[in-house]
Amino acid sequence: MLGGVFQSTELATPRFAVCGDRVLESHASLAKDEIMIDIPKDFTGFIAVVKRDCSTCRLIEPAFRELKRGASLQIHSQDDPAFPETIDEVFDERRLELSYRLDIEIVPTLIQFQKGEETARLVGWRRKDWRRLTSLPMLGAGLPEFSPGCGSKSVEPGRREKLAFTFGDTPLQARRIDVASQQDEHELIFERGWSDGLPVVPPTEERVLRMLAGTTRPPAEVIGIIPPDHAPCTIEKVAINAVMAGCKPEYFPVVLAAVEAACLDEFCMHGVLATTYFAAPIVIVNGPIAEKIGMNSGHNVLGQGNRANSTIGRALQLVIRNVGGGKPGGVDRATLGQPGKVGFCFAEREHDSYWESLAVERGFSADQSTVTLFAGGGVHPFGDQKSRDPESLTRSLAMTLRTVYHGKIYGRTDALLVISPENMRVFRETGWTKARFRAALDQALTVDGTEVVAGAAGIDEGMPAQLARKRLSKFRPGGLLIAHAGSGAGMWSAVITGWAASGPRGSVPVTVAIKS
Amino acid sequence: MPALLDPTSELQPAQREALPRPPSLSEKRVALLDISKPRGDVFLDHLEARLGEMGVDARRYIKPTFTRVAPADLKHQIASECDVAIEALAD
Repeated sequence: MLGGVFQSTELATPRFAVCGDRVLESHASLAKDEIMIDIPKDFTGFIAVVKRDCSTCRLIEPAFRELKRGASLQIHSQDDPAFPETIDEVFDERRLELSYRLDIEIVPTLIQFQKGEETARLVGWRRKDWRRLTSLPMLGAGLPEFSPGCGSKSVEPGRREKLAFTFGDTPLQARRIDVASQQDEHELIFERGWSDGLPVVPPTEERVLRMLAGTTRPPAEVIGIIPPDHAPCTIEKVAINAVMAGCKPEYFPVVLAAVEAACLDEFCMHGVLATTYFAAPIVIVNGPIAEKIGMNSGHNVLGQGNRANSTIGRALQLVIRNVGGGKPGGVDRATLGQPGKVGFCFAEREHDSYWESLAVERGFSADQSTVTLFAGGGVHPFGDQKSRDPESLTRSLAMTLRTVYHGKIYGRTDALLVISPENMRVFRETGWTKARFRAALDQALTVDGTEVVAGAAGIDEGMPAQLARKRLSKFRPGGLLIAHAGSGAGMWSAVITGWAASGPRGSVPVTVAIKS
Repeated sequence: MPALLDPTSELQPAQREALPRPPSLSEKRVALLDISKPRGDVFLDHLEARLGEMGVDARRYIKPTFTRVAPADLKHQIASECDVAIEALAD
């Protein structure tokens, strides 16, 4: 039997071509994914991939016998080379290389080749299709018209990544760090400084390949320059850190969007990291992806317990730590920090919100999935058990918002108001739109300069004396973000303080669309 | 355990920097590493004898071949069992 060199291509037919012989060196332009499989060069006939464990494969054994008599047929058995018993020659496909190379997803799969090129492919059993393709009008006469196939062993969970690793066409470029057999990989990770202080998932090649399956973007694509080391960051590096953070592959597009957002100049990630203040990139997710990947926008939304919420924000922070080199005591100069610096991510509760979402306010459509980054400090609780009309509740919220950064500092620090369903109910029941609420809130947050200049109320801190005769707004235009989140019970909301250097001179909140 | 992929920018060397030389070998466990080059053993035999006379705890290790870096297991073993390593590098 001659060896064939197969070139994998996209899913279009022909899927690949037999284009050479065993001497790989004779093909100067061989691509990395060209491989050797024991199929005759210029093969004309059929290849069938089956497994004993599939009832359809067992059912159509008579059809294989008929086809074997009438045409050139190779049968490759994924789980038992003795199956089908009534066929003389069955290829042992337990290594699953052929299945991997030919992108077999279902068994049985029947592929027709003409002079080494795939010309047609059938999956499962549909008698009329098999008869037409094989030109055997009586094929499978005693068999049912139709029987669906089963999943190929090559696409069982986690298997595809193992096969990609085994058959050598891994796209991964990162440096490999060997772990001694007696060494504890978790301790190695701590010793190397890759962890934020909590255990991480060891980033093996197999896990990283699985993570990369969460995006269509190529692993080598540079997604941004990560501060503080200004290190170019590839999709692959993000995947490694997302694995470590504990992300699932379906979270990966959100992580990528968060990293892209953090690299935007206006977000000023370097400053957010380097400040002595409490700031950290807070990730707010909007759009359909939040529900799709199981993010929490309800109970304990700003707390622990949901894997997506907990790991997406952590992945971003690990990218900054590991790729960017930003570590506490190094360029991270936070005096106190806050727990959200491990990772802070949540989804807006959109399905029953009375107001347009944060992302819609920021110019995106409701069916777009987005990530907004806000350079924020910790969570400041707001509680009001008595306000039942919107005017009172707005003034009450303003009282808490006024304390952001400092009660006498105005226009310097942004804030994110996370309004709970019970608080929003007051506005819904009275028909207050978000715009009306914003206008009323702004009014309640505007004061005479004399109240907040330095020295007023016997406090040295405050605004410059020359502003004493001005009316001052607590927040700069665009400096107050509002999102709806939390569980249905509880008259609480949350104020998340922005970075002391908010706005164009420091960090501006950014929103980016999540790509697949 | 399969190898791990480096999550960093790889601006730093994969191996950690060597510790500063200790001012004295007193109370130190010393690894004598033969890298499998000819006559490395002769040199290390001599060193071992001298260290023994000084009362220093010296232990012998050997790399499978001088052409490749030491296996991770061997490096880990030396790091766990010794404070100082002396290699016989060239013949």
